[in-house]
Amino acid sequence: MNLVWYLCLSAAIFSVGAAGVLIRRNPLVILLCLELMLNAGNLALITFARMHGNGDGQIFALVVMVVAACEVVVGLGVIVAMYRNRIAEDVDEMSELRG
Amino acid sequence: MVFKDIVFFIAAIGALTGAIGVVMLRNPFFSVLALVGHLFSLAVLFLLLSSQFLAAAQLVVYAGAVMVLYVFVVAYIGGADEPLGPQIPGVGTLGPLVAAALCGELFFAFIGTGLEAVDSRGAKIGSGFGSPGQIGSLLLNNFLIPFEAASFILLVAAVGAVVLARRRRGLDEDEGGAPVDVITHERLPETHPQRGGVTSEVGS
Repeated sequence: MNLVWYLCLSAAIFSVGAAGVLIRRNPLVILLCLELMLNAGNLALITFARMHGNGDGQIFALVVMVVAACEVVVGLGVIVAMYRNRIAEDVDEMSELRG
Repeated sequence: MVFKDIVFFIAAIGALTGAIGVVMLRNPFFSVLALVGHLFSLAVLFLLLSSQFLAAAQLVVYAGAVMVLYVFVVAYIGGADEPLGPQIPGVGTLGPLVAAALCGELFFAFIGTGLEAVDSRGAKIGSGFGSPGQIGSLLLNNFLIPFEAASFILLVAAVGAVVLARRRRGLDEDEGGAPVDVITHERLPETHPQRGGVTSEVGS
């Protein structure tokens, strides 16, 4: 299978994730869609690493995984704190920072 | 080679189905399960691209640890069904349109690219490509500073999560009043009469 197929698949997954971030309202699901976008980026990085026969892209993908894990931990911490403070889980209603 | 192509198509369909399931399913719990399926398919694709270590890390770190975290949080806050239609008019049609435009643009860029190697099966690689040994030697020889930065960022995230999710009273409590509902700006009834903090929970 030519590598351009992998790149097109990664573009499709990225777009689906972007659509999810745009249309969903639950912050938890928005975090899941962010995961989708990060994974699409990982797939593209690994495809290019395979194309060059060079391991550097795999290291980039590994670092992206680390950053994604950190983002999940902090994001879920924020969601749990919101739940404790009885903030509605709807990003359309979160406008407290607007002042 | 035909076998690899068949596996690619099965994994690609699985990954796309999982991704669409994450976006379309209304219950957050089912969205998490769809994401697990998506991550498994992606691990298969990583294996096809001969990066064995990353496929294993994907399964252990993502499909294992991170998804368990998601499932715990969904179970904790109670995944209520969410109406799919957006409240703000126009977002429901504009969001998918923007995403479709993005997808078309990326397809156009990838298919019309000047990188000729994209239309091949990739460069010749040795048998050690993508093995834990190669990743380890790259991390410790060429990418030592990113490696250390990654460990530091993990430490910061762990401390941050503890600070965020610790049970404590709202900011308004310091001013001597009942906590305030942030949405309606009304004083809430006192539900936690004891002092906040970790130590007070042990005694109560």
